[in-house]
Amino acid sequence: MGSRIRPVRLVVAAVAAGALLGPALAGCSGSPQDPPASGASAQLVLVTHDSFALSDGVLDAFTSETGIAVDVVALGDAGELVNKLVLTKDSPLGDVVFGIDNTFASRAVDAGVLLDYVSTALTAAEAPYLLPAGQGGEQLTPVDSGDVCVNVDHEWFAERGLAEPATLEDLADPAYRDLLVVESAATSSPGLAFLLATVAAFGEGGWQDYWRALIGNGVKIDAGWTDAYYADFSGPSSDGERPLVVSYSSSPPVEVVDPAAPSPTGVLTATCFRQTEYAGVLAGTAWPEAAQRLVDFLLSPTVQQDLPGSMYVYPVVAGTPLPETWAAHAVRIEDPYGLDPAEIGASRERWIQEWAAIVDR
Amino acid sequence: MTAEARSRTAPSRAGGSGRVWTWAGALLLLAFLGVFFLWPVGEILARGIAPDGALDLSGIGEVLARPRTLRIVGLTLAQAALATLACLVLGMPAAFVLYRLRFRGRTALRALAVVPFVLPTVVVGVAFKVLLADTPLDGSWWAIVLALVFFNVSVVTRTVGTAWEELDPAVEDAAADLGARPLRAFWSVTLPRLGPAIASAGIIVFLFCATAFGVVLVLGGARYGTVETEIWRLTSQYLDLRAASALSLVQLCFVVLVLWAAGRVRSRPELRVPDPGRAPRRGDVPVIAVAAAVGALLAVPVLALLLRSFLDRDGWTLEAWAALVGLGSGAGGAAPALAVSPLAALGNSLAFAAAGMLLALAVGLGASILLSRRPASGWGSRLRSGLEGVVMLPLGVSAVTLGFGYLVALDAPPFDLRSSPLLVPIAQALVAAPLVVRTLLPVLRGVDPLLRDAAEDLGASPVRVLWSIDLRLAARPVIAAAGLAFAICLGEFGATTFLSRPATATLPIVIERLAGHPGPGNLVMANAAAVLLAAVVAAALALAELAGARRVSRRG
Repeated sequence: MGSRIRPVRLVVAAVAAGALLGPALAGCSGSPQDPPASGASAQLVLVTHDSFALSDGVLDAFTSETGIAVDVVALGDAGELVNKLVLTKDSPLGDVVFGIDNTFASRAVDAGVLLDYVSTALTAAEAPYLLPAGQGGEQLTPVDSGDVCVNVDHEWFAERGLAEPATLEDLADPAYRDLLVVESAATSSPGLAFLLATVAAFGEGGWQDYWRALIGNGVKIDAGWTDAYYADFSGPSSDGERPLVVSYSSSPPVEVVDPAAPSPTGVLTATCFRQTEYAGVLAGTAWPEAAQRLVDFLLSPTVQQDLPGSMYVYPVVAGTPLPETWAAHAVRIEDPYGLDPAEIGASRERWIQEWAAIVDR
Repeated sequence: MTAEARSRTAPSRAGGSGRVWTWAGALLLLAFLGVFFLWPVGEILARGIAPDGALDLSGIGEVLARPRTLRIVGLTLAQAALATLACLVLGMPAAFVLYRLRFRGRTALRALAVVPFVLPTVVVGVAFKVLLADTPLDGSWWAIVLALVFFNVSVVTRTVGTAWEELDPAVEDAAADLGARPLRAFWSVTLPRLGPAIASAGIIVFLFCATAFGVVLVLGGARYGTVETEIWRLTSQYLDLRAASALSLVQLCFVVLVLWAAGRVRSRPELRVPDPGRAPRRGDVPVIAVAAAVGALLAVPVLALLLRSFLDRDGWTLEAWAALVGLGSGAGGAAPALAVSPLAALGNSLAFAAAGMLLALAVGLGASILLSRRPASGWGSRLRSGLEGVVMLPLGVSAVTLGFGYLVALDAPPFDLRSSPLLVPIAQALVAAPLVVRTLLPVLRGVDPLLRDAAEDLGASPVRVLWSIDLRLAARPVIAAAGLAFAICLGEFGATTFLSRPATATLPIVIERLAGHPGPGNLVMANAAAVLLAAVVAAALALAELAGARRVSRRG
């Protein structure tokens, strides 16, 4: 008889789970959009991308300082984040957004998902990072920036006595045949940034020929950063064969094991495209003032100093001290490629489609 | 006597309270599937095909006529069909060895065989790429097919094996006694009886392969794609809902067609106490050799992961494992600031998977019980086929479509759940429930209705019938389905990454994050975390095996 008990238990548990779930779910849902009770402290939801990370206690510092609780919701990569905000414009997913970058800013701004607010903590030193007026300059506060650059495996070139390439043109030089791996502009954020670098460098009429030349020179195109960097790049912590990869200007410092020695990898400083990440207040928030304070907090020394270590990006606030390995091994790109955000917004999809048609052959 | 004959002579006796229970159960299930599947998916599709409220199907024709779409659809079908065929051919010998032969270590091997199915595609993709480097398969379309076989062959082994175990070997022995050679006996006696299980496994594998995502991206690079990767690109990167909806509808049509075709080949399996298996014989050597080769195919990438979790650029290291269990600081101090530690993520994974498994069992078992009953009326019959379709559909719908559907549908009380962690087990259960149904439905359909009628005649209530007849006979498959559902929920990535929050990230998500950052130790640690996930899954499945085995010995 003992053996009969088990299936009953299973069924009872199953039915109970099914029956209880509906009401229980409805009861548990945290709904940030409830109207605030008078005197209740604000409960903010910060929506961001998958790469968002701050060290332990950083957001707690904000809460203990202001009494405002912050819940973080990650919504995919930067492009996906913006698309989800656009899609849910009528019932927003949170109060503050962090992680809209200059390649997708126009879509968010045009769709009207943001309230007018730019942090008052910004000074003239950070002004170059601001988006143009009318294109997000009133809604988006710059928080960090990073450069997407071709990374180079110094040891690989040293072993072969081959001079490293320097420019985008060099990458199409037969001397560097089959040495470069990049990410797809259609499926990867650094891949898109690299495509934009080539558009900025060669212009509307020239980038297509450049890509044909790259293809002719054996460029390998992977879907995402992970497989390009770890499976195809020849760097010290990778398993691949190719000594040139599209990554970030912040990648080489991370490869440093012996702080006294030079980094085993480096960046080609003339191949970079700058991505700036912004924060803003979402339209529809029940706590606009608290939301503004959170945007301000992202520019505070607490957050700005934490950015390089936790998200591999440069703080925008001038004079923020950098970690030691960065100070010693990171190269700050002086003159990266850039494009007008409005132009990116207008042409991004068309460029990607033209690019796909060239590389799909 | 067949069920049909029986119902002619004595119409269903499940009157009164039995019918009320049946209807209540069916409506509860449909309500759950409606709220958490049909509504969200319908809502996002509607935005694509009726953007201004008016139906506009012109977009579908336009999208489907694009050369890229046709190429992608063709690639998807070809790769899913090939991989399914390979899985069936390779999975059968393994099913025979693991479920018909008796040998030391069988339980462990059965559990280990499922491990590939739940491994995170990111790290396995990188491991595959590294293994295939410098071979002709590198970067080719065949690499994707090979990887799909790696991930899915265990579904065949397990689904077919469990059914094989229930077959009476006496029939085969009789064929042999009558002079049939083993192959002939297999072909004309065993194979037909395994038909339903093979069809079930084939459908599931086909649908999994046709909707494969991560592995296609990693191994396919920019050149190859599937309908699934295309829907993801169109939805999340371009917000081109019109084109995405068109492709989603194509995908739905596939699934409905496949499920309909599967319905044609269904027949009644036998149901009996599982055969404990026999000792291997000399004649089994060729089959064992093939099964061993399949085992090697499955083991190589897993062993590569294991090896690579101990190997960094300076040689052998324990640092990744130390960091994983919280003893180290992360190699080179470069580990990205994870919102949760891998161990905490494992805790999240286990909690979500437990909830997801319970829910998948509730949905899958409930649906299987309802679907195995003779409907008393035309309405009941229609409701039944509706339920059968709806419960299987999630296998063929993109996680992206579902995730975006949740965003636009579940935005108002009482279902304002968009940022609730509760959606994670719900979505995981939707993915796992079809497998539960496919495992249990053939078994419950195999229960002789005479048994139920006899029990009722003796005065048993419908609930009592359910547990004394159906569940008693199906207890072992229920435990097997529970183990598989748990494993699926543990490994689920697509929907989970959409729904989980940083603070409640699961282990597969943490693995993806680790593998998404440069630095000396991150990939090594991702590999270690993947091995940890594999070990947990294997342990869970081994427990299910042992629990099932104990039931057999009690029953026997």
